[in-house]
Amino acid sequence: MARMKFLCDAERCIECNGCVTACKNEHEVPWGVNRRRVVTLNDGLPGEKSISVACMHCSDAPCMAVCPVDCFYKTSEGVVLHDKDLCIGCGYCFYACPFGAPQFPQDGAFGLRGKMDKCTFCAGGPETDHSATEFRKYGRNRLAEGKLPACAEMCSTKALLGGDADIIADIYRTRVLKRGKGSEVWGWGTAYGKPERAPTPPAGAKS
Amino acid sequence: MRTLLVASAVAVAAAGLAGCGEKQPVTVYKQGQYQGKPDARPWENDLFKGDKLAWERAVKARNTGQNEYAKAAQ
Repeated sequence: MARMKFLCDAERCIECNGCVTACKNEHEVPWGVNRRRVVTLNDGLPGEKSISVACMHCSDAPCMAVCPVDCFYKTSEGVVLHDKDLCIGCGYCFYACPFGAPQFPQDGAFGLRGKMDKCTFCAGGPETDHSATEFRKYGRNRLAEGKLPACAEMCSTKALLGGDADIIADIYRTRVLKRGKGSEVWGWGTAYGKPERAPTPPAGAKS
Repeated sequence: MRTLLVASAVAVAAAGLAGCGEKQPVTVYKQGQYQGKPDARPWENDLFKGDKLAWERAVKARNTGQNEYAKAAQ
């Protein structure tokens, strides 16, 4: 299995915020914390485009590099997770992340900054799977139930795809070919194109 | 007088050579080692009982289910 990734199709996203709602409901995320949000470019103008953004579970995650207490880890499926017991809420990861994924609950007076919270790709955290502690700290562990993230599975237009990078890239490529549009947005030919076939050796050639 | 000249020459040489010992002012960041608790893999639970293939089948079914072109063809 390849790495787990999200891919949002800007041609399909209708800014319904269903993914945001699904995420909040699934994990009972506290007020003020948005693990996922919808960003709209050229809002209100003809041809506006929206995409759903959360932690992109980077292959070379900058949050992991800057964390002073090394509380981040990457699972064998490529999901970037962190240990909340170790997090000191310093906010370095927030400054390092290009997507603004790390969130900090503002509990109590004086804008107290709590421990970092972010999208877990619905994979829980370093606690016993499906335990109450895991749910309280990290939310539901859907991946351990053989399911994909709630945001992607709830998306009504299937703009947000989540899962095995190879498969979702294939789905997106099929769409672009069918509708003949969209390759200019992500540059699928270079980023998601299939590897070039090796030239077939001439008949009789020794390998 | 001579002592003063020698002392000033030594001081100038020391000041001139001081720059040679400078290190590159570029910090090299190293990826840290995870210090937290270990996490179980998604198939290591009561539901899949360590059966990685069963877990992969379940996830793949959901993965491919996102392709409505494939659904329409069925």
